Amino acid sequence: MSQTRKRAGAAGLLQAGSWQERLAWTALSLAVLVAIWSLAAGLAQNRHGPGPLAVLSVIAHEASTGALWANLFATLARVTASFIIAMLIGSAIGLALGRNETANKFFDAWLILILNLPALVIIALSYVWIGPYESTAILATAINKIPNVAVQMREGARSLSRDLDEMASVYRFGWWKTFQHVTIPQLGPFFAAAARSGLALVWKIVLVVEALGGHSKGVGHQIFTAFQSFDVPMILAYALAFIVVIQIVEFTLLQPMQTRLNRWKR
Amino acid sequence: MNAHQPIANGLTPAVDIAVEAKTFSPVAGRPAQAVLRNVALSIAPRSFLVLTGPSGCGKSTLLNIVAGLDTDYTGHIRFAAASPRIAFIFQTPRLLPWRTVEQNIALPLPDGDPRRAAIPELLSRVGLSGAESAYPERLSLGMQRRVAIARGFALEPDILLMDEPFVSLDDPTAQALRTLVVELWQSRPTTVLFVTHDRPEAVRLATRIVRLGQLTDAMTTSVVADGSIALSQSARHDPGAVRAEQARFFGDT
Repeated sequence: MSQTRKRAGAAGLLQAGSWQERLAWTALSLAVLVAIWSLAAGLAQNRHGPGPLAVLSVIAHEASTGALWANLFATLARVTASFIIAMLIGSAIGLALGRNETANKFFDAWLILILNLPALVIIALSYVWIGPYESTAILATAINKIPNVAVQMREGARSLSRDLDEMASVYRFGWWKTFQHVTIPQLGPFFAAAARSGLALVWKIVLVVEALGGHSKGVGHQIFTAFQSFDVPMILAYALAFIVVIQIVEFTLLQPMQTRLNRWKR
Repeated sequence: MNAHQPIANGLTPAVDIAVEAKTFSPVAGRPAQAVLRNVALSIAPRSFLVLTGPSGCGKSTLLNIVAGLDTDYTGHIRFAAASPRIAFIFQTPRLLPWRTVEQNIALPLPDGDPRRAAIPELLSRVGLSGAESAYPERLSLGMQRRVAIARGFALEPDILLMDEPFVSLDDPTAQALRTLVVELWQSRPTTVLFVTHDRPEAVRLATRIVRLGQLTDAMTTSVVADGSIALSQSARHDPGAVRAEQARFFGDT
């Protein structure tokens, strides 16, 4: 009996769309990727093209000396601070522009300008004008992300339902009840989308900021140092470790948040 | 003129409507459009007034003015109550899809309001027992309209506005909801202002029908007929009696 069931499972009878099924697909896909990587590294036989095991041993070594944790923590702290600042300021700007047509007409050009300003320019100018401080790293990263959040939240504010606003007005919800029960739930999906794309952008920019800003700790600093000595295993080790951290945040915080926001949908 | 002038039966009207003119401002190249002109109505408390007229004649506009949603008109709306409680059952249910059925009905009422205690009984009256914690989008359109009706009556409103609340329902469902609304109105009396272009529906529900239409000289809408419907509740379930009354009131054959 249990054997038949096992065979049935192996034959792909995992329930379609279940988290087990998605996990199985992810595991399969990653296993194939690692196999290709391993094979390519074996064929290349080059110290600039380390295989998975070489990278893993660097990760293990960095973890044993404590350097890995210190650097991951420093970067994660910067990511968190910039992310929160960017989400708050970007949402406020987006809502204001989405609800006020005059403000939008005026500030749209500014938004496009900042949106198209290369990250490198914002980072360089931040350090020149403010100086090599911790707050500069956080601010420079946040400024890079704010226009994206603003644009997404502006779309959300524009799509607010007039029908529901009228309903809330006739039934005298008042501004707080309206905000809580009518406005926020409509913006939720936009906020979740901005948060998820925001996290991906913020952590990539933080690494550049760390490399350029001359900070003594952080994944970006570590990768930049390794780059100067062409230490590819070290670069890959830190990149992989940080991808894992970001994915943990994604799965334990952002995806559950999005699911919760969308649970009323059919 | 005294706004609270007594009407025929000697009562102060629950609502006194005097819309001198309502014009839609020009939008996107379309010229300004006059919609309503000299619509004056005094509505007796606890009456069920049905407003009928051809589609697009301004019935919904008038309802929005009474609801306070449209303030761009000349004239006035006066209520008997100083701060009237207004409920509006819209053409679409307009429920909050991210709140449960029960939350949707409770939200217009302040926290701890005694009317909230009556919600379970109201839910069973409208046939929604067991659906309290369902999200509206998981319900059929007929069920969603029941939620909207319950939300309106839960408020115990001074004025209940309804804007073609039974359109796009199949006939048996619409009939069942009409019966439900009349029963709720009888057990929780309130002044109803109900808009429809469906004449049999108007006769079946109304204590008074006001017909809006275009006056011969203009494109604007005004009152063209106003009268009572004196059918008993049992006669209102009789298609023949409804048809006869419809013929008498509207001159339909």
